[in-house]
Amino acid sequence: MSVVHALPDATSGTAPVLEARALAARYGHVEALHPIDLHVAEGELVAVLGPNGAGKSTLLRAILGLVSNSGTVSLRGTPLPRQNPVAVASRGVVLVPEGRGIFGPMSVAENLELGAYRLRDRAEFARRRERVMTLFPRLKERLTQVAGSMSGGEQQMLAIGRALMAGPQVLLLDEPSLGLAPRVTEEILATLGTLNGEGLSIILVEQKAPLALELANRAYLLSVGRIVATLDPREITSYDELAQHYFA
Amino acid sequence: MTSSLSITSPETAHRPRLSWRTVLPYGFAAAVVGYAIAVGGYPATVVGFALIYAVFVIGLNLFMGFANQVSFGQNAFAAIGGYTSAVLTATYEWTPLPAMGVGMAAALVIAGLIGWPTLRLKGHYLAMGTLAIGLIVQEITVEWTSVTQGYMGLSGIPPMGAFGFEITSDRGQLIMLASVVAAATFLSARLKRSRMGRALSAVAGSEEAARALGIAVARYKLLAFLLSAALASLAGSLFVHVVGFVSPEVFGLHMVILTFTMLYVGGIGTIAGPVVGALIISLLPETFRGFKEYQDLAYGAALILMLIYAPKGLSALFSHRRRP
Repeated sequence: MSVVHALPDATSGTAPVLEARALAARYGHVEALHPIDLHVAEGELVAVLGPNGAGKSTLLRAILGLVSNSGTVSLRGTPLPRQNPVAVASRGVVLVPEGRGIFGPMSVAENLELGAYRLRDRAEFARRRERVMTLFPRLKERLTQVAGSMSGGEQQMLAIGRALMAGPQVLLLDEPSLGLAPRVTEEILATLGTLNGEGLSIILVEQKAPLALELANRAYLLSVGRIVATLDPREITSYDELAQHYFA
Repeated sequence: MTSSLSITSPETAHRPRLSWRTVLPYGFAAAVVGYAIAVGGYPATVVGFALIYAVFVIGLNLFMGFANQVSFGQNAFAAIGGYTSAVLTATYEWTPLPAMGVGMAAALVIAGLIGWPTLRLKGHYLAMGTLAIGLIVQEITVEWTSVTQGYMGLSGIPPMGAFGFEITSDRGQLIMLASVVAAATFLSARLKRSRMGRALSAVAGSEEAARALGIAVARYKLLAFLLSAALASLAGSLFVHVVGFVSPEVFGLHMVILTFTMLYVGGIGTIAGPVVGALIISLLPETFRGFKEYQDLAYGAALILMLIYAPKGLSALFSHRRRP
């Protein structure tokens, strides 16, 4: 396996959709994410891999400003405000949080509505909703159902659908496979592949590296709060070296 | 009581049919108020206090039920409203409505000053902060004797009225209070169905998820807190005008405990819950009066039974869906 530190982008020359420079995050006095550089090119699906506690979730939370962070994050070359997740989200950097974060007592339809909270254009709302229904037909059958009573897989679909309602420029997903059956995981990851194929830029945090690498254009390997490698999935033939990082 | 019945419309507007289940809590409230108006006397006094508490609890419900926050200090805003009304009308001979307006403005200013920093706190920090506010305002009403007369209390507060009319009869006061409760219930039903209501539901569900969707969590929490404070202040003003007297104990810790009980027994997060809870909790001790020394025991046992068999509150028993 070769470790590549500077892969050429398909769209080199234009600013990446999302770019983090010297992004670090801390919980109190503990620096959970040491300064890292990361970028997502237009239409790219970037996987972030790494063992438990490597700082994968923290990285996503730092991009949004949900944790105390430093460094800069830019969206298409424009710096995003720091420590202001509401402003970051409303510019189209949308997170599907770990554990899904759906609103359990509300109906599926109400959850989707809240995803498009910033949107006031009814036609655009209907268009986005239609798209979510097409991507996840199961949600359509369950629009009036209380979200908390659905299966884990359906809840994950709802969480992704809700994020899509926000009209993301870049979609951040935190372990969408968590606690799901393998078949459901495959179904959800396949949908992410479809979305990416339609041009949506995605950062996918995933512990199940083989599944993520099937989809990803590029992968960052995180360990103890640092990026230890940037990988090209096409060049990975064995997972031995990958495994070494996990158990280092 | 047509005014009580009309408040069911916004809640049912989004539902295909008006079933007995949705109307029942309001029917109960209307029956109790109607009975008190018909009978007058002591029952009218008890129901009158219940309705004043209902105004307060409707406000509490906006903050605790809709937004899922905790405040032990809303009594402070009732005290601010009540004392402002009392001092301005009894000492400075203002008419009740402008005095009430000043009280509400003062409550809003204080709530804004307190809410701005504390609503950034989460969970028990916010609860502790609000508890402190309640105790501080309580202390001020006791110690600032030149204005509040301390434990002596302020008397000679005129009854509620406007444009030269004064509402002096039990029945008149009950009708006035029932109208205020109906209006507040109507507003909270409208609020719940509004854009702000949906945002509050999201905040209640998960602050972080709401934030990640671009919902301005801190702003909506502050708005809910301000609305809640305004209703608490209104309840305080109504109280002093109905009773004609105010002293610090009125807005003490007892009020916090009583109104929390009303909110949970009635159904936190529901529309009808605060009214049902305020009426039941006010009437319950009265119905057990015949038990003499076992009255408190019966009251306590009844509370426990209600929380076992209706853990989401009495009015949740009648809703079609789990509470949002």
